[in-house]
Amino acid sequence: MSDYFLEVQHLTKYFPLNNDVISRLTGKTHTLKAVDDISFFIQQGETLGLVGESGCGKSTTARLVTRLIEPTSGAILLKGEDLLALPSSRMLEMRKTVQLVFQDPYSSLNPRKTVMQILSRPLEVHHLAHGWAAKRRHVLHLLRLVGLGVEHADRYPHEFSGGQRQRLAIARALAVNPQLIIGDEPVSALDVSIQAQILNLFRELQEEFDLTYLFIAHDLSVIRHISDRVAVMYVGKIVETGAVEEIFTHPLHPYTHALLAAVPEADPGKPPPRLTLHGELATPVDPPPGCCLYGRCPLATEICSQVAPPLSDRGGKHYVACHNV
Amino acid sequence: MADPVLQLEDLTVRFHLKRGQLTAVEGVTLTVHRSETFGLVGESGSGKTVTARSVMRLIPIPPGEIVRGRILFEGENVLHKTDSQMRQLRGQKIAMVFQEPMSALNPVFTVGSQIADALRTKLGMSKKEAKARVIELLSLVGIPSPASRYDNYVHEFSGGMRQRVMLAMALCCDPTFLIADEPTTALDVTIQATILELIRSMIERFHMSLIFITHNLGVVAHTCDTIGVMYASHLVELGTKNELFAHPLHPYTVGLLNSIPRLDTRTKYLTPITGSVCNMLEPPQGCKFHPRCAHAMDICTQAIPPLREVAPGHFVACHLHT
Repeated sequence: MSDYFLEVQHLTKYFPLNNDVISRLTGKTHTLKAVDDISFFIQQGETLGLVGESGCGKSTTARLVTRLIEPTSGAILLKGEDLLALPSSRMLEMRKTVQLVFQDPYSSLNPRKTVMQILSRPLEVHHLAHGWAAKRRHVLHLLRLVGLGVEHADRYPHEFSGGQRQRLAIARALAVNPQLIIGDEPVSALDVSIQAQILNLFRELQEEFDLTYLFIAHDLSVIRHISDRVAVMYVGKIVETGAVEEIFTHPLHPYTHALLAAVPEADPGKPPPRLTLHGELATPVDPPPGCCLYGRCPLATEICSQVAPPLSDRGGKHYVACHNV
Repeated sequence: MADPVLQLEDLTVRFHLKRGQLTAVEGVTLTVHRSETFGLVGESGSGKTVTARSVMRLIPIPPGEIVRGRILFEGENVLHKTDSQMRQLRGQKIAMVFQEPMSALNPVFTVGSQIADALRTKLGMSKKEAKARVIELLSLVGIPSPASRYDNYVHEFSGGMRQRVMLAMALCCDPTFLIADEPTTALDVTIQATILELIRSMIERFHMSLIFITHNLGVVAHTCDTIGVMYASHLVELGTKNELFAHPLHPYTVGLLNSIPRLDTRTKYLTPITGSVCNMLEPPQGCKFHPRCAHAMDICTQAIPPLREVAPGHFVACHLHT
């Protein structure tokens, strides 16, 4: 049994590339290691921020945790119960507990359905409201929760701005009274002034309903704002994880250092952004053994090219995967 | 700094659409001096890109129309130039870098031949000269093994490398003026840092002037000398970087700066700007920002505030600061 609300153990997802018969016979298959043996946990009521650059496996992780795709191996424990071992009949129940909010509210809402239809669909699927009047009541309540007027219930998604659409997507996630909400870059497509509104909404809802969040973003200042703990991903691996203050004030992994140094802060008095790593982002296709940062890292030594460093505790639940810090 | 290169005077651009008239840029007046880096900041739809494209005369007419105003580049009104004069200007005097290199570069020609093509038509170089020059340019913008990359197609480059190719193409005819339209928006932070560094070094090395368009206040804080803030087709505040970040005056600029989550401190709640951007097809009367402004007064609903100089070099368009 695990004490955590969500615990992910050795989660791995490999996508085979060129997996046709001829390639297999000639031995020319490749493997894309999108998520490569990651473990993390989230406690009840806290926010874990997952940060990393494009292609590092953040979204794949979100999809794995909700079982939208099946992992290659690993375990996902939700309140101590392994989701991967659940029969499909019980998956529906689990989906009531875990809900997703996607990045792009322009593609996540069906343009041909009204707000009423969009928001009452989860109620129907999970048998939470019966009859039009009950559904209507529930939908109007949801709209008020996310700060939209009840007059919006019979409109179509195209009548809303980006920020309002994201409020709708959040309302849809809230419809089934979930306990864990996974936000896959939910504020990345929004302008800053709107982004701040949505970040505040996430926080208000968390306080009101004691929600647990897995919040994915590539923007470090957003992660710093919303998270209690942070996990930094690089090419399918978690390279550093710990309390938000720890990570931002005492980053240990060279990649975390590089990320933080590269952020241009909206203050001309701050040092300008710079890059402390050489070369390009490593590819997750057939990665060589050893540390994923080898070849770009200023601290690299002999061992880094041979052995992938495991996450090890540096005190205060601050875990780092590096041989040299 | 006293030498103005580009002057926009009362620039107003309107689009005649089926749904109605959309004024994308209204009464924008600004000056960019030689070797100055000018940042144009604003949220989506505020008119930044249309302003920049007007300078290059890249607004499709119709549906677009430049209703009023002058665009003086090195003292000559761009709007009075003939098409062939414009072709002379584009690339050789003013060059542009776009946000999406994947759609700005041609996918069916190798990147080398695209840049060489520009050199041959603009500067009349021979095939051989052009190729040598392209390889030189590619290495200048930091593309490893440029001679072999010459024959690659756009899809064979990563996002950051594509933006380097764009920059090489922009620099190929030695322009004196560069317009960069959200060049780093589609890139990851670490790649963004290298591209910003590259643009800065190129600007210094070739003594170019720059208009840098972005929605990211962090990027302008480290790239530009002067900053103009646009909101709903108007230039609402204009000033030097240090002045603008230390003493923002327009409620919109103040609101934007307060909306950004900070990296050094942590607050429970952010202070967003309430409401959302007005519908540009039916903009409100008076100041476009007044429905979202906490300080709105009666006059704000009636008259559009003009851009006034409130401190040396610091201009604001707001009835609060007269």
